Amino acid sequence: MCFDLNSLAGTHPYGLAGKEKRALYRQALTELTRSHYQRCRAYQLIVEAYGHDPNQVWDPQEQPMLPVRLFKELELLSVPQKEVVKTMTSSGTSGQAVSKIFLDKENTRNQSLVLTRIINSFIGPKRLPLLILDTEMVKYDRKMYSARGAGIVGFSTFGLDTAYALDQNMNLDQNCLQAFVDKHAGSIVLLFGYTSIIWEYTLNEMEKAGLSFQLEDGLLFHIGGWKKLQDHAVNAAAFNEKVRSLFGRVRVHNYYGMAEQLGSVFVECERGNLHCSIYSDVIVRRPEDFSVQDFGQRGFLELLSLLPTSYPGHALLTEDEGEILGEDDCPCGRLGKYFKIHGRIKGAEIRGCSDTYEQR
Amino acid sequence: MNNLEKYNATFIEVFGVTVEQLSDLTFQSISQWDSIGHMQLIASLEAAFEIMMDTDDLMDFNSYDRGKEIMNKYDIKI
Repeated sequence: MCFDLNSLAGTHPYGLAGKEKRALYRQALTELTRSHYQRCRAYQLIVEAYGHDPNQVWDPQEQPMLPVRLFKELELLSVPQKEVVKTMTSSGTSGQAVSKIFLDKENTRNQSLVLTRIINSFIGPKRLPLLILDTEMVKYDRKMYSARGAGIVGFSTFGLDTAYALDQNMNLDQNCLQAFVDKHAGSIVLLFGYTSIIWEYTLNEMEKAGLSFQLEDGLLFHIGGWKKLQDHAVNAAAFNEKVRSLFGRVRVHNYYGMAEQLGSVFVECERGNLHCSIYSDVIVRRPEDFSVQDFGQRGFLELLSLLPTSYPGHALLTEDEGEILGEDDCPCGRLGKYFKIHGRIKGAEIRGCSDTYEQR
Repeated sequence: MNNLEKYNATFIEVFGVTVEQLSDLTFQSISQWDSIGHMQLIASLEAAFEIMMDTDDLMDFNSYDRGKEIMNKYDIKI
């Protein structure tokens, strides 16, 4: 019997303290490892190569972890191919291999459900007028279900009257922006997009065009990574400041997640810290021997998620450098670990869905 | 048009299905009802019945039949 997500339906997404969470994860991740071991032949071989015994109960840091790039090299699935309803591909830049994530009905549903619980804890149960700071292209190219398109469609769930800031050619649609702002003047609005695309195609272009708005209350969620912006020396503070100078009073929440673990995302709180919800956890590993790093020290970031059931992605070693800042004691009040990302480990390939749009 | 007719007409229009297919329809049972189609369906139902669903109900709306129960929460008896 595998761990049932419904058992968490009554728990606040940031409502589990360390001790309870460790007990839950010890059990749940053990069951997930065992279940994938029984259903995915390639995973079984990997687990055996690690010398790991799936029939015993292990602590989260003892679970076998897969390097995230393995999903580019192998087709890892734990359900019969005919049950796969969606294959997610991570949007690699040209020349890079693309990772493939196989989702069945249940896994897809759980991803949406968990994303909803997490985001709703920030915005409330009501849907809000939504401005996507991107193009509507995903609707024209339905077959191409890239992480970028899926992110936009997934986030549309929280929106009403969805409008798009960019036209099909990625040019700023000034009329559409103006119409959206006018129509929803005075009400809370939601904005969504990919970090570097927002910076380059919305913020910079608005600035060039001398366009700005005074929203009374906006909430911007953005995702996709900072790699490209760091090259231009743009950090979160500069990004947030520019958003507010061009859009008015906007609360900005960056969030972190990967195509290999959609749904259980890590959202930045009001203090600028990324938080683990009850559906995910992080471990930082020392680069020299992959042992568990102390809080406040940098290392490879390992991501744990309770969601992956149709592919063995519940414990993944990323190529991101992270640092755990604390657990259960962030001044924002959310329980769970909170952390910071310092970017890619040197030598790791470039990836991130906001970094894949190349101007031709 | 009564509520049932309106409800049916919305599905038929958004997904291009026949009335005979309706009772078996579930999310992802046909290629048109994917996550994009889902948002189109919800938007059309909201416009037709002048309601606004909460995110949770939108997530829960996973079949033609379940949808009727959810509409009921918004005082639309089908």
